[in-house]
Amino acid sequence: MDEGRPIFRQITDQIESSIIDGSLAEETRAPSTNELAAFHRINPATAAKGINQLAADGILYKRRGIGMFVSAGAQAKIRARRRERFAHEYVYPLVIEARKLGLSAEEIKDMIEHWEDQP
Amino acid sequence: MNSVVALSNVTKRYGDVTALDGVSFAVRENTITGLLGRNGAGKSTLMRLLTGQDLAGSGRTEIFGARPYENEAVLSQVSFIKENQRYPDNFKVRHVLRAARTLYPNWDQDFADSLMEDFRLPLNRRMNRLSRGMFSAVGIVLGLASRAPLTLFDEPYLGLDAVARQLFYDRLLADYAENPRTVVLSTHLIDEVSDLIEHVLLIDGGRMLLDQDAETLREQAVTVTGPTAAVDEFTAGRDELHREQMGGFARVTVRSTGDSTERTRAHSHGVELEPVSLQQLVVHTTTRNTSSKESSR
Repeated sequence: MDEGRPIFRQITDQIESSIIDGSLAEETRAPSTNELAAFHRINPATAAKGINQLAADGILYKRRGIGMFVSAGAQAKIRARRRERFAHEYVYPLVIEARKLGLSAEEIKDMIEHWEDQP
Repeated sequence: MNSVVALSNVTKRYGDVTALDGVSFAVRENTITGLLGRNGAGKSTLMRLLTGQDLAGSGRTEIFGARPYENEAVLSQVSFIKENQRYPDNFKVRHVLRAARTLYPNWDQDFADSLMEDFRLPLNRRMNRLSRGMFSAVGIVLGLASRAPLTLFDEPYLGLDAVARQLFYDRLLADYAENPRTVVLSTHLIDEVSDLIEHVLLIDGGRMLLDQDAETLREQAVTVTGPTAAVDEFTAGRDELHREQMGGFARVTVRSTGDSTERTRAHSHGVELEPVSLQQLVVHTTTRNTSSKESSR
C-alpha cells in the first residue's frame, strides 16, 4: 500500500478500477474483508471500511450469507464519476506544465492526436 | 465501543525519573494498537502497569474495568510477551508450551503446533540454548496461541529475521480476523506495522504525543517541495512539522488542510506534494516535541 493516502481509499480505488476494466464484472462476488486484509496485509477493520464505503456508494451490495456483490450499473456509475474528476486530476496539471514550457493549446492538441505515432 | 484498557492521568516515578507523566488513553475492544516511541519513552513502563507487574504512583489503571494489580481474574485474560522474558534454567521449549497451556484459558494447541512448525522451533531444545531469534519466536507463538482477550507484545522480535517477522504479521492478521481480540504492539519498526495497526499511541518522555486513528494520521500531514519562496507562500500560516533547506529549494512538512483542491493549488504555486509516511510523521512529531522542550528550558 502507498504511504500517505488512507488505505481504505486505496482499497476502494482498486476495486473500482477492476470494475471499470471489467476484471470484476457486475453481479459477481467482490473480495471479502478477510481476503483483502490477507492479500494487502492490512488490518481487517480498514478493509471493512473500504467495502462499506463502496456499499454506501451503491457500487457493492450485500447478498445475505454469501458476501458483497458488484451492483448492476456500477461500471457506468464509476466511469461517470471519474470523468468528472478527469479535468481536475489530469488536464489541469498538464496545462500548468505546458505553460511552463511555453507550449500552445494547438501544440498540445496536436500531441494528443498524434502521441501514438511517436516512436 | 467498549474500552479494554483505560488509563486516566497515570504518573509513575522511579526515584527522580518520571517514567510516565499524567498519561490518559483508552484502547478499544478488538483493535490492533501500535504503541510507538523512542527507547526510554515509557512504553515498557506502561506495559508493566497494564499487566499488573507494577503499581502507578497516581492515577487510575483499568483493564476490563478492573485494576490489574494482583487481580487474577483480570490477568488470566491478558497475554504479555516481552523481549527479556525469563524462564527457569532447565526449561525446554516444550516445557514452556506445556506451562502456557495451563496458564491461558483460550490456548489453542493446534494453532501452537502449526506456529512451531512455521518458525521451525525445536521442542526439545533448552530455552537458554536457543538463538536470539528463536527465543523471540517462542514468545510470538505464546502470544498468538494464547488467544488472550488482551494481548500485549513489547518489542517481540529482537533477533528475528525479515522472513520470520513477515510470518508473524501474516499469522497475527489471519488469526485476528478469525478470532478478534485486542492487541497492543510496541515497536520501533513503524514502517513494517503501519498497515497492520488501526490506532496509534505515540509516547515520548513519559507523555502521550499522539492518540489517533492510523487512517486519520495518514492524511494529516503533507510534504511540500519546491523553490523556497513558493513553498513559503503555499504553506503560509500552517502548522509546520519539519523543514529542510538546500540553496533556494525547500522541503517542508505541514499539517494537511484536508482540502481536495490542494493538489491543484500546489501545481499553480509551482510546488510538489508528497505523502508523509507514518514513520516520518512519528519522527517529525517526536523531534519537534524534543526541540520545543529544549527551547523552553
